[in-house]
Amino acid sequence: MQNLIKNGALASDDSWRLIRSVDDAFSIEEDVILPLEVYLERKDGQHTGKLAVWLAPEQDAAVLQVHLADLPLIAIDFPAFTDGRGYSHARLLRERYGYQGELRAIGDVLRDQLSYMAQVGFDAFVIRADRDAASALAGLADFSEQYQATVLQPVPLLRRRVSLIVA
Amino acid sequence: MYKYDEVDFRLVRERVEQFRSQTQRYLAGELSEEEFRPLRLMNGLYIQRHAPMLRVAIPYGHLSSLQMRKLAHIARTYDRDYAHFTTRQNIQFNWPELARVPDILAELADVEMHAIQTSGNCVRNTTTDAFAGVAADELIDGRAYCEIIRQWSTLHPEFAYLPRKFKIAVSGSADDRAATQVHDIGLHVVRNEAGEVGFRVLVGGGLGRTPIVGKVVREFLPPQHLLTYLDAVLRVYNRYGRRDNKYKARIKILVQAMTVEAFAAKVEDEWLNLKDGPSTLTEADVAYYAGFFTDPAYESLAANPAAFTDKLAEPAFARWVERNTRAHKRAGYRSVVLSLKKTGVPPGDISADQMDAVADMADRFGFGEIRSAHEQNLILPDVQESDLYEVWQLARQHGFATPNIGLLTDIICCPGGDFCDLANARSIPVAEAIQRKFDDLDYLFDLGDIDCNFSGCMNACGHHHIGNIGILGVDKNGQEWYQITLGGSQGNYTAIGKVIGPSFAQADVPAAFEKIMTLFVEQRQEGERFIETVRRIGLDPFKERVYAKSH
Repeated sequence: MQNLIKNGALASDDSWRLIRSVDDAFSIEEDVILPLEVYLERKDGQHTGKLAVWLAPEQDAAVLQVHLADLPLIAIDFPAFTDGRGYSHARLLRERYGYQGELRAIGDVLRDQLSYMAQVGFDAFVIRADRDAASALAGLADFSEQYQATVLQPVPLLRRRVSLIVA
Repeated sequence: MYKYDEVDFRLVRERVEQFRSQTQRYLAGELSEEEFRPLRLMNGLYIQRHAPMLRVAIPYGHLSSLQMRKLAHIARTYDRDYAHFTTRQNIQFNWPELARVPDILAELADVEMHAIQTSGNCVRNTTTDAFAGVAADELIDGRAYCEIIRQWSTLHPEFAYLPRKFKIAVSGSADDRAATQVHDIGLHVVRNEAGEVGFRVLVGGGLGRTPIVGKVVREFLPPQHLLTYLDAVLRVYNRYGRRDNKYKARIKILVQAMTVEAFAAKVEDEWLNLKDGPSTLTEADVAYYAGFFTDPAYESLAANPAAFTDKLAEPAFARWVERNTRAHKRAGYRSVVLSLKKTGVPPGDISADQMDAVADMADRFGFGEIRSAHEQNLILPDVQESDLYEVWQLARQHGFATPNIGLLTDIICCPGGDFCDLANARSIPVAEAIQRKFDDLDYLFDLGDIDCNFSGCMNACGHHHIGNIGILGVDKNGQEWYQITLGGSQGNYTAIGKVIGPSFAQADVPAAFEKIMTLFVEQRQEGERFIETVRRIGLDPFKERVYAKSH
């Protein structure tokens, strides 16, 4: 997959192919990221490559709970960067369902959202094809702190701040 | 007042640099208009009729004299020597140059200010009673919680791209002066039967196209759960709020569609997963923030000193004291409301020189603090009664002493079609025409308390639905017309006003007002306020009078 940022750096050796539509063909050797319905249908079938899934904003991450151990990667789609539902899905997957694998942002993924996406648990970002991933990388460093409890920093600033003062 | 520490400064400056980069990329063509728009809005920058408009946050209406002087400096250096106070206790600059906005933000950061989330589909500036901490009728000072909410909502990574804007208001007094029932979330600081402090949580109030009074989703929320509960409400909204139609995207539509019971149950489910998590507040957390809002060094004073009461013989002063000052929790002090509703000046507008004058007054007659009220006036919270006469004279000298607070000419008003791209009609000249119609102070005083609210379009920035008398600008075949509503009110008895009939041409609005007021004077009973008369006799007599054919 092109234009990928993974674990805070550009990644070029990615084997995954995103299958956008339920009608798109793929071979059984390929490492594919499938639409939810295709994944649920194929997960127990004869596939020699790796299988992953992508979620649309209106889908519920809870349906993946029983499959998390089998999933090396979950992608969450942002049809528009202004659609913030994917942020909640990411937090739920990480914090409530305990997902440990790769969480990849796909779709309208741009530099100015990367910092927030990382905070809610994304560790991979496919930057929109017409934008340069190398310059988007800078977006990960937009903020050095945040007030809230997040996936990256589960202790909210007020607790860290107050304890500093008490100590 | 809250004071930034190193982290607060760092975050605000990082946001300035992020916005500087966004602006540069936009000007270089690397960000499209469509991509830049949500980013600039989230930093308070609109592109308006004539120029960009920058809205600067004034968290829960608290300003220091130092900050006010900085705002004056910005008005002089980057704008046209004035600015405008809004109904969210914020301030707007109408003429900045886009390329210089990052520099304005950098200057603001130096005095602990910013424009973060003053627009856009995110959590906006938390508002509260402008008299919080000094009001004589306050049950609980909610400002520590306001600051906790401000920090929680600032740059919240999960809730930066909500379906629509999201507004939270907090009230800690018996008399709700924060319009909490018309907010996405309204929080009433209350005591339960055991005497413990907590919040009554209302959700889904709002004005705009679909005015709705908020509904109680939780009668008593213990304060330690404030942030986890807010996270739960916001998460339910973020996931299930409509995104297909911006006019159906506010949380009030979701609550309505689900029913308040189902919505509350969904929030409760979500909250049970978050409850007692890391964002649970401890007593030490709350005490830390409350420590910023302790009383200043008040003197022990006797109430009603002769230096004050002797001057009340002067009718103009007595009138100003009656309308433009408020009881203070400490004897010998009052809070002074500086009116930004002088006839001939757009409601809420203030010049750079006036800003400096307010800052000087706050330093001389108080502790350097100023409040902005959602009614678009300014407040000096801690004035000694013995200084009131001098404060009045200074206020007169600087154009703040119009004794009209709470009266018909204290019009809450959006900037309207003179400035705003969304407006259907101009509001400023019509507000002025009304003020001129009722320029007789004796008559104005006799009419008594009347909330008059004016919006130039149905987005309702002027909160016309909750005005006792409201005006809405509408567009009819490209012409400006004005609809009048009666019976709206804010506070503990929040009600949405009803339209009295067909709309009026601009020139006919003051005459319609005059007929309404004449009927009120005829019909009112002893001691009855305008809104009480409207509630008692209903709209029909007003309709008949206003729309009667003249023979």
